[in-house]
Amino acid sequence: MGAHHHGPAQGISRWLFTTNHKDIGTMYLWFSFAMFLLGGFFAMVIRAELFQPGMQLVEPGFFNQMTTLHGLVMVFGAIMPSFVGLANWLIPMMIGAPDMALPRMNNWSFWILPPAFLMLASTLFMEGGAPAFGWTFYAPLSTTYAAPSVTFFIFAIHILGVSSIMGSINIIATVMNMRAPGMTYMKMPLFVWTWLITAFLLVAVMPVLAGAVTMMLMDIHFGTSFFSAAGGGDPVLFQHIFWFFGHPEVYIIILPAFGVVSQIIPAFSRKPLFGYASMVYATASIAFLSFIVWAHHMYTVGMPIAGELFFMYATMLIAVPTGVKVFNWISTMWRGALSFETPMLFCIGFLILFTLGGFTGLMLSIAPADFQYHDTYFVVAHFHYVMVAGAVFSMTAAIYYWLPKWCGRMYSEAMGKTHFWISFIGFNITFFPQHFVGLAGMPRRIPDYALQFADFNMMSSIGAFIYGASQLLFLYNVIATIVAGKPVSDEKVWDGAEGLEWTVPTPAPYHTFEEPPAVPKPAGTI
Amino acid sequence: MGKVFSGAILTFLAPLAAAQNQVNMSPGVTEIGADIFELHMLIMWICVVIGVAVFAVMFYSIYAHRKSKGHQASQFHESTKVEVAWTVVPFLILIAMAVPATSTLLEVYDNDEAELDILITGYQWKWKYEYLEESGEPVAFFSNLATSQEEIYNTDKKGDNYLLEVDEPLVIPTNTKVRFLITANDVIHSWWVPEIAVKRDAIPGFINEAWTRVPEEGIYRGQCTELCGSYHGFMPVVVHAVPRGEFDSWMAAKRGAAVAQTQLAMQTLSVDDLMDQGKAVYDSACLACHGAQGQGGIGNAIAGSAVVMGDLSSHMAVVAKGVSGTAMQAFGGQLNDVEMAAVLTYQRNAFGNNTGDVVQPGDVTGMKNG
Amino acid sequence: MSSLRLSRVPAIDTALKLVAVAVAMFAFVFVVMVPLYNVLCDALGINGKTASQAYTAVPAAVDEGREIAVQFVAINNDGMPWSFTPDTRMMRVNPGAANGVVFHAMNPTDADMVAQAIPSISPSRAAAYFHKTECFCFDQQMLDGRSGAEMPLQFIVDQDLPTDIHTITLSYTLFDVTGTVTDGLASR
Repeated sequence: MGAHHHGPAQGISRWLFTTNHKDIGTMYLWFSFAMFLLGGFFAMVIRAELFQPGMQLVEPGFFNQMTTLHGLVMVFGAIMPSFVGLANWLIPMMIGAPDMALPRMNNWSFWILPPAFLMLASTLFMEGGAPAFGWTFYAPLSTTYAAPSVTFFIFAIHILGVSSIMGSINIIATVMNMRAPGMTYMKMPLFVWTWLITAFLLVAVMPVLAGAVTMMLMDIHFGTSFFSAAGGGDPVLFQHIFWFFGHPEVYIIILPAFGVVSQIIPAFSRKPLFGYASMVYATASIAFLSFIVWAHHMYTVGMPIAGELFFMYATMLIAVPTGVKVFNWISTMWRGALSFETPMLFCIGFLILFTLGGFTGLMLSIAPADFQYHDTYFVVAHFHYVMVAGAVFSMTAAIYYWLPKWCGRMYSEAMGKTHFWISFIGFNITFFPQHFVGLAGMPRRIPDYALQFADFNMMSSIGAFIYGASQLLFLYNVIATIVAGKPVSDEKVWDGAEGLEWTVPTPAPYHTFEEPPAVPKPAGTI
Repeated sequence: MGKVFSGAILTFLAPLAAAQNQVNMSPGVTEIGADIFELHMLIMWICVVIGVAVFAVMFYSIYAHRKSKGHQASQFHESTKVEVAWTVVPFLILIAMAVPATSTLLEVYDNDEAELDILITGYQWKWKYEYLEESGEPVAFFSNLATSQEEIYNTDKKGDNYLLEVDEPLVIPTNTKVRFLITANDVIHSWWVPEIAVKRDAIPGFINEAWTRVPEEGIYRGQCTELCGSYHGFMPVVVHAVPRGEFDSWMAAKRGAAVAQTQLAMQTLSVDDLMDQGKAVYDSACLACHGAQGQGGIGNAIAGSAVVMGDLSSHMAVVAKGVSGTAMQAFGGQLNDVEMAAVLTYQRNAFGNNTGDVVQPGDVTGMKNG
Repeated sequence: MSSLRLSRVPAIDTALKLVAVAVAMFAFVFVVMVPLYNVLCDALGINGKTASQAYTAVPAAVDEGREIAVQFVAINNDGMPWSFTPDTRMMRVNPGAANGVVFHAMNPTDADMVAQAIPSISPSRAAAYFHKTECFCFDQQMLDGRSGAEMPLQFIVDQDLPTDIHTITLSYTLFDVTGTVTDGLASR
């Protein structure tokens, strides 16, 4: 095969049929941003109804549809595809490979997503409405007592699972087989490591989710009783199967975010990542532990005490490797030469707020205390701290950091910093008070609440509108950058950036590393 | 005298329980609630100390190691000693946390040797309480949200206990180990009262155990804490803890009322009585879905309904057995013959239906038994 | 020079190997996992479910010195209209002794119905020590319209019941399974 250089195809066919990892990465990122705005819109409906006590805007049943779709769209439509998009763009370039191992499968992994989400969104217009049983869809609310749209929900979940599994197979095959000569595993950028481990988690647990929804389908349509006591089954079985997927899922969400932060902090500290090997081992430990803690989501379900204690101890243990990572990031900054461009601001925001979320996670792991936290807003606060201030901030940092390399134009730093500060402040106004109302006794997933929770809920809603508005600023900045940003042509857009992706021209050519590069000398860093 | 005194205490205590803008968990009134609160505070303070220390280092670095101030970057990037240290020390801190956590959990699971057993069943969207006694007329009743639709939909001012008040609270004696057996009728619910620190999921087909010993008289309010459908947020829990003597009198009155209802079912009731009681049943069991004017909503309209105005036994069958595949539940197990007769009478005559039909409890018993 | 080498193994060989793996995985589920699951549940005594088959009583001494309170609770699931009550709500038994209780069920509707009683024991760790030698929960119960039945339960509490358990609560939840029996499919 000779080196034939042609640019991308023209028109819509380019996007429909592309097998190019950069194109597919771009599509994932735009799709995930659209889903982020959709999921955010559902959140605005939720916070608007919760602005004051009383029912003002929506009926309770519709409110439950909003909370359900908000969770599903954000987890499966926004966060997961966004990091897959990042993986697509960056993994081949970071390891010196020309593309992903299975480029055509890569195209399918993306293109089944829009129809799946279209189908999920269309359930809003079906008889009985969209799924209203929470993104965790416990049986029998999601089986015997579900609206007819549940069947489409199950179909959508299957499709999403297939997309993730195919994407993960692709990532594993690419990383294991296509690293440039000289790039041993322990020389890979940490982002590649975290995605490699995440890909194994996905391959392990997405089939479990598929199993859970298939069992639901059987119970609903084919007379089985997996989750129904009447036929000898057990609703709690659903929870075990779901959370066996669900817990590794949240690490699937956060590990790539850890990888991003491990790339950006060294760049803006002008110092190598501290403790590279430890970071790899810590990530692997977190991944391993994530399989044996699932029932900490089920402390109030009536588990025998031995099980309850086991899951408590195992969950508490996750704090150790997570703490190791936080200490390593801070040690990277220590005695560096720090500058605070927008990507670094979002990473520092991540460090502070994700760690706060980690602390509330530790509090939640304590089973007897969890009897008072479970299914309250304290849990909602916890997971928004780790998923929004954790994963979303990390993704935002990644966009600011790599966008100039991708499109050859620099974003407006003033607008970027504004976006950061409004996001940071808006986020905290939204979610910090939720710790208070949760501890004070406000349950989750309720459209109306007792009067003593009113003030903090109003505050939380105001914060949500602020945070939501700042994402529109971000959208504007991204589009303005791509269309008319100041051109950048240095390969190293950022003076502290290290890694193979920073050795190709800016903007990155359509095809890169068609010949494998020589892997740079410095051992074990970046 | 005791009643007046305890009534005064309850009036004084109740508003305090719902403190505005509370920022922390309440230690509650039970020993185990206090233990859980202490554990919560211990873990929180440990996290605060660690957080302050870690962020102090980070903020210092942000200040002192800025490139703009000319700081030159060092290039150190690993230290096995340090990695071991910050792995081992957190691990030891976790062990220190696990010890009190384990002993508190053992307390939570100590359900044995209770003095009183109560079966709690979660329904969509109310609780049923049954006192399990070895003999005697069983005492069982439903506990529905008492907050009016007008308050919820903002036409009336909201009361102090908005969304946390019920028509029939659970009454338990103070200083008595009470065991709760918790299950559900339909989907998974969860029974939670923060002030007594009891939360347990209600799983259909299975029973879960929980226990409490409340030393202090008071009214304790909680909510359902597992998404169970549209009105998940509208099925509160209210527990009245009263002295033993008061509890015994209350139980006796309840048993008497159950017997009285059975006797009432054999009588002929006046139209006014039936309509009054029927409206009460309608408001608590039907209104949320069928509307205050019978106009419908989640449920079909009652006003002008062919089912309601048609054949009586078909009408009763719908109410008693529900409609499979819809949100209309089976109320047969939830309404006694008097209540059923009353609500059927009410529906058939209110909202302009005016059929003139009067349904007696005896008619209901007759339709049930053939 | 590309660092990729094309594999010399024909694609069909790889495909056949993968198909064989998939088939083996299916076979594993039916041939290995089901017996393994039963073995583990037996060995670990997990899950508050009592057995679904009659226990064969082994002659053993009755522990006269210990008394266990056994409480019976009867619950109707959603839409189940039968009246369902135990003739005794609480019984005090000695471990090792055979005891019996009768549940009364009445079908007040015109239609013939089939019910399934699902037992649940509290505390769940007592389940392994509560042996039912005869139970109406082992089978579906059919009742013609407007008829009733007496449904027996015979049980023995094992002498090895942990000493910190003094009360066992046995609840039966009655489910209407008429729909699943008549046409073989779920009613929805």
